Amino acid sequence: MARKATATKAKTQPNIPQFTQEQDLEAFREMLLIRRFEEKAGQMYGMGLIGGFCHLYIGQEAVVTGITMASEKGKDAQITGYRDHGHMLVMGLDPKGVMAELTGRQGGLSKGKGGSMHMFSNEHRFYGGNGIVGAQASLGTGLAFASKYKGDGAVSIAYFGDGAANQGQVYESFNMAKLWKLPVVYIIENNKYAMGTSIERAAATTDFSMRGASFDIPGEQVDGMDVRMVYDAAQRAIEYARSGNGPYILEMLTYRYRGHSMSDPAKYRTKDEVTKYRQERDPIEQVRARLIEGGSVSEEDLKKIETDIRAIVTEAADFATNDPEPAPAELWTDITIEA
Amino acid sequence: MPQILMPALSPTMEEGKLAKWVVKVGDTVKSGDVLAEIETDKATMEVEAVDEGTVTEILVAEGTEGVKVNTPIAMVLAEGESAGSAAAPVAETAPEPSEAPVVAAEKGADAVEAAAVPAAPKFEPQADPDLPEGVEMVEMTVRQALNEAMAEEMRLDKDVFIMGEEVAEYQGAYKITQNLLQEFGKDRVIDTPITEHGFAGLAVGAAFAGLKPIVEFMTWNFAMQAIDQIINSAAKQLYMSGGQVKAPMVFRGPNGVASRVGAQHSQDYSAWYSHVPGLTVIAPYSAADAKGLLKAAIRSPNPVVFLENEILYGSTGLVPKVDDFVLPIGKARIARKGADVTIVSFSMGMRYATQATEKLVAAGVDVELIDLRTLRPMDSDTVIESVKKTGRMVTVEEGWPQSGIGAELSARVMEAAFDYLDAPVIRVTGKDVPMPYAANLEKLALPNVDEVIAAVNAVTYRS
Repeated sequence: MARKATATKAKTQPNIPQFTQEQDLEAFREMLLIRRFEEKAGQMYGMGLIGGFCHLYIGQEAVVTGITMASEKGKDAQITGYRDHGHMLVMGLDPKGVMAELTGRQGGLSKGKGGSMHMFSNEHRFYGGNGIVGAQASLGTGLAFASKYKGDGAVSIAYFGDGAANQGQVYESFNMAKLWKLPVVYIIENNKYAMGTSIERAAATTDFSMRGASFDIPGEQVDGMDVRMVYDAAQRAIEYARSGNGPYILEMLTYRYRGHSMSDPAKYRTKDEVTKYRQERDPIEQVRARLIEGGSVSEEDLKKIETDIRAIVTEAADFATNDPEPAPAELWTDITIEA
Repeated sequence: MPQILMPALSPTMEEGKLAKWVVKVGDTVKSGDVLAEIETDKATMEVEAVDEGTVTEILVAEGTEGVKVNTPIAMVLAEGESAGSAAAPVAETAPEPSEAPVVAAEKGADAVEAAAVPAAPKFEPQADPDLPEGVEMVEMTVRQALNEAMAEEMRLDKDVFIMGEEVAEYQGAYKITQNLLQEFGKDRVIDTPITEHGFAGLAVGAAFAGLKPIVEFMTWNFAMQAIDQIINSAAKQLYMSGGQVKAPMVFRGPNGVASRVGAQHSQDYSAWYSHVPGLTVIAPYSAADAKGLLKAAIRSPNPVVFLENEILYGSTGLVPKVDDFVLPIGKARIARKGADVTIVSFSMGMRYATQATEKLVAAGVDVELIDLRTLRPMDSDTVIESVKKTGRMVTVEEGWPQSGIGAELSARVMEAAFDYLDAPVIRVTGKDVPMPYAANLEKLALPNVDEVIAAVNAVTYRS
């Protein structure tokens, strides 16, 4: 339920919210799709099929999954930075289109002209896919402004990382969002490292949920590895924003298993740290264990889901490998619209 | 995919050393398990398994240097998969990398590349609309013209709103938004905090969601804080999204040199923004152009940078009194027809150019004076046609000379009308210095009428 707006940190629900088996299965499917898709993307990058930068979401799957489950699909807008593949998959964009954009093919979501960091969908209300760290905070606030202007009841969900949380425009946006009571939920995905710089080395205060305090924006720190906690907090935050109370901040404590991008050897953290997260906190394994424990879902059932997802990813990869590159004439299209 | 290939770990990696095998033949692996470590000149990285399976073969020994990207290094077979099914893809994919360069070499790499670049489409501007016979012309200031343009468009389209510092309660720092708050209310005329980067980005986001924002910068100098959002978000969005997401909006405010305000408040950004594909850049001089082009800018489906000039806000001109006076974007205006020399300018530069033209005509020089009005898309056709007639060109702008609008015009004329030129083009520009404060130095830093006349005399060999 909505909590009273307060500058002090809202308390995260003490009891772990329970998921129905149906919700667990949905979360399992969505997160596994991201995981397998990203692994495939990593592999295809290794094969030279994907160029440039490629930032994988592996480890952080619960964040976008839980939030999207709590949002109204097709109505609420979402926007994020460059680590964006998972967002699109969960929002229902075609994995083939996403993968083909990664490989720079004509069937890519941006006709191959955007790449890993630049994909969008008006239909699904996904506004990227932004390569400039922090820009999506202002843009996402603008999406919320438009919702309020039009009175359409939509909420804007703007994701950015612990690195972007130190950008000036984030606070300019916080100020305007609170001043004008804009329906925006800021999701700070704190994966502990801005590229190779740990939060301790980059941030004077590392509790990012409090970063809205001077604007009187409520914030919560959430276990971003547990999809139930994410979903629960997101419901609260989205409801708060949709009811006209203004912005809300959710700091998601999460972890990326891979490097910042493909070419990151990740020397700034220990192998043990990564292993510990993978073995003890993995968002997908948590759900898997719960489902099996529940008794009515078998290993076989989950294997079947895995097989289905593998097929989707393989199909996406095949499409992205065989789809032609954009026609040379596409070089000159979509620069401006002829009035 | 039973084969494990030597991966590329950066956009530029071609080969690396297989430093260490972490698994051995017979090991069972699952997705995410580390199989091997490889080294490049930059880093050591791990190769992870993507699928579950059993390692059946190691094809490249530990310690091997110079392993080319995409070389099979091991076989991992999934349950029920046979080694035989693996053989086919090897044969199919292996020749590919070596084949491509051969083809390119045969045709000649240059030829292949040259043929691959299609011609850029040509922008065809429309002509100014014909005005009804005997139309009433109303004298008004540029300020009034801009104000009317916004009010008219806001009446027509409720998705149009204006935001910026002091645009509402204060009625505009330069009074361009006078009375808009009274007519349209605070939901559509919005005072912002002093937060250019933030509100520019917010407006771009609102445009993505279908609104048509007008963003007023108190001056374009302050827009430097927001230039990332203007270029990286607004200008590039349509292209990056493959034509899906539009940013129909106007960024406007006074640009160029003000009076005695020093280096940070006196600068012409015309060349900066005109550099950027995806943007439309308009810099009007007359009141009529200010009105007709601002209306066109607000209606444009593209992001428009609309560069006004503080000094010109109070200057008056005749504006036709018609219901809907909209001018075409991208069309230069021939302010005076002539045969001896072409002067090309825009915005405040037109004041120097116009005054110089009056004196030159009086002295017997038949000047053709062109006001570009729009800087992107640039109407080079009008300029080139003129130069083909006169054989001489002088450009006038307040901006710095290097990579300026005059430099661009010179290049275009050189490319398209080289044989028609009877003299080198001369650029009259602001001096290549930050704007000084002292009155005498500021005057020296600006272009002036005498410099324009001297340039015309030089290109017509009259000096």
